[in-house]
Amino acid sequence: MCLAVPARITAIDESADTATVALGAVTKEISLALVDDAAIDDYVLVHVGYALNRISPEEAARTLALINEAGEYAQSTQGGSE
Amino acid sequence: MRFIDEFRDRALAAKLAAAIADEAAPGREYRLMEFCGGHTHAIFRYGVQDLMPESVRFIHGPGCPVCVLPTARIDQAIAMAEQHGVILCTYADLMRVPASDRRSLLKAKAVGADIRMVYSTLDALSIARANPERQVIFFAIGFETTTPPTAVAMKQAEAEGLENFSVFCNHVLTPPALRAILDSAEPDAVCIDGILGPSHVSTVIGAKPYGFVPADYYKPLVIAGFEPLDVMQSTLMLIRQINAGRCEVENQYTRAVTEFGNRKAQALMKTSFERRDTFEWRGLGLLPDSALRIADAYAYLDAEVRFPVAPGESREVKGCECPAVLRGILEPTDCKLFGAVCTPDNPMGSCMVSSEGACAAYWSYGRFRRSA
Amino acid sequence: MQDKDRRFPLRLDIRQGAVDMSHGSGGRAMTQLIAELFQHHLDNELLRQGNDQALFTPPPGRLVMSTDGHVISPLFFPGGDIGCLSVHGTVNDVAMAGARPLYLSAGFILEEGFPLADLARIVESMARAAVEAGVTVVTGDTKVVERGKADGVFITTTGVGVVPEDIDISGDLAEPGDIIMVNGTLGDHGVAVMSKRENLGFETEIRSDTASLNDLVADMVDAVPDIHCLRDPTRGGLATTLNELARQSGVGMRIRETDIPVREEVSAACELLGLDPLYVANEGKLIAICPAGQAHDLLQVMRANPKGRDAAIIGEVVEDPHQFVQMETSFGGQRVVDWLAGEQLPRIC
Repeated sequence: MCLAVPARITAIDESADTATVALGAVTKEISLALVDDAAIDDYVLVHVGYALNRISPEEAARTLALINEAGEYAQSTQGGSE
Repeated sequence: MRFIDEFRDRALAAKLAAAIADEAAPGREYRLMEFCGGHTHAIFRYGVQDLMPESVRFIHGPGCPVCVLPTARIDQAIAMAEQHGVILCTYADLMRVPASDRRSLLKAKAVGADIRMVYSTLDALSIARANPERQVIFFAIGFETTTPPTAVAMKQAEAEGLENFSVFCNHVLTPPALRAILDSAEPDAVCIDGILGPSHVSTVIGAKPYGFVPADYYKPLVIAGFEPLDVMQSTLMLIRQINAGRCEVENQYTRAVTEFGNRKAQALMKTSFERRDTFEWRGLGLLPDSALRIADAYAYLDAEVRFPVAPGESREVKGCECPAVLRGILEPTDCKLFGAVCTPDNPMGSCMVSSEGACAAYWSYGRFRRSA
Repeated sequence: MQDKDRRFPLRLDIRQGAVDMSHGSGGRAMTQLIAELFQHHLDNELLRQGNDQALFTPPPGRLVMSTDGHVISPLFFPGGDIGCLSVHGTVNDVAMAGARPLYLSAGFILEEGFPLADLARIVESMARAAVEAGVTVVTGDTKVVERGKADGVFITTTGVGVVPEDIDISGDLAEPGDIIMVNGTLGDHGVAVMSKRENLGFETEIRSDTASLNDLVADMVDAVPDIHCLRDPTRGGLATTLNELARQSGVGMRIRETDIPVREEVSAACELLGLDPLYVANEGKLIAICPAGQAHDLLQVMRANPKGRDAAIIGEVVEDPHQFVQMETSFGGQRVVDWLAGEQLPRIC
């Protein structure tokens, strides 16, 4: 629900509880009020100027692998019987 | 763009399409509701439907906070701006939504109301700081994704002693809306075989709250990520559950959603808001326990208290089928106004003006499907 | 260095002065503003005559005329300003008929209090743009309105050009089978301008693509006289302009998302704001539609020009009674690319 975009933290201002995030070469300042222990190079979901959550690169890789697998399996059974 | 491009990969899409075609059992239909308007938008914008077999159909759900906001609430916001000379800050999505008497925030602004579009609650706070002699109201809408930012703004306003800032709260909750859809009886019921759960609401509330869907309604629910590959993979997961007669909550969006969600955000919401006994939802009627109001501890930040406005009644334009479309009972093309009087340039109802509304998505991206 | 003009004992204080109501009243103050600011930078023979009109003999051929009002905010943005924009915009509109632009008029509506330093910067920029495009600003007008009634400055430019005999380019001439191409990346201008709008607050290196395209068009028309349509996708972006052309010609279009050139940064900015690059404004781009047999040649000619370096074929014209512009998405599905409804606003949902 709602437009949230993954972006990488490039700088953190602890006193203001804000971070600079980069999406490609576009940067923006956002609030870290909703996320604890954010670190530089973390990826966060950005929604209306706030980081909502961290993104797990491990889980992302796992999801992609599963997608790939599902596809491989299907393609190996394509044309065969149910 | 990392975590975006990989999940829009065409080659992987083709693979998933093959898998779905393979596993969709012949002779049976899969009616899957994507609850969230963001998913509706993604499905149309990328043409995901084209990669599905005919038997897989997406039913568009009401998860669009703009679409479910009753006209009476927009009327109230306009009245606050006009009667009390305030600066009303709003997300852009609301600007063109039709209110009563063919009005809208955009039109009210055109004739002099000080209504300003903001990207974030942080902007609204800035405006309040920069205009100490004016009252600034933030028109808060959204499901659980957008609610924590409002809570942060309220806390911030309190910490700074900002006396000219207040919030007009219209935050709504996802599980009660899901219940309302699943509870519907004929003729308001729509047949659903499974549900694609919202992406970003879930990052906040976690996977746990959806347990009631399989438990009480025997329907599978898969929490789906925001990108088109996520939608497709989630569709495959639902098909597998349905084929196997399984009924569970599964999480496809594991890179951003955990079992318990964002506890910090949840705690903030808890202290800032309380549940309303009941709230009117466009298309779903009065739902108990389904929306939030500002907590008593923050009552002084409540715009409804600071700027009382006589609440009006919500009236739909005659012939507008937004309520039925929101429930997935009718498709946009079933509405007589669709494409005739009601177009994105001249929207009669919220489903056409919100970029996530089924009618808008259908009009902007999918008209060609029916026209052949 | 100009000789001291005896009409005006005191020079205009460009550095610290501001526009006031007397500058629009038709009297000495206005004459001085015109002489020391406008005429000084836009200097040419016709303007020097000092008449309220410019008298010239048009070269042989059919005439093309176009006008554009410029109200952009902010006035100065990465890659340009309202001054050069007002020249490029009208030069391009004239060029889109296959015409060679010759003369421009420029009408200024100035807000009381507008800094003369900014006005000078804008007019200098216009002058440079005019020289680069090979056009002259031959006549103009100045009015001043009270504080608050204009956004600093509004500029209206009208342009006149001449079309070679054998050229017939018009929005209603696209035919099924024609090829659609663009001369470069889309969305740059809109994103550059938006990045300067306060309430959106994002940083980017993107610069507006604002540029005169008449030299590019001259090359194109020279090599492929049989071009059917040319149009620049300004407000409303590529999507809106394609729909306009489809409607005018009574045809449909099929384009491919993967073939549409968009800078990564523009994609990223649009992603962040929930915008679609297809609807974002451009000020240095054109759409060309030509017969299939000549598409390859036209593409090569465009790429040989610095303003067409990233030119690409993006689709073709088809028969379609519904006049849909349909796009194959980068994902492999299909969607309609519709007209822009209202203004594209950044969204949260």
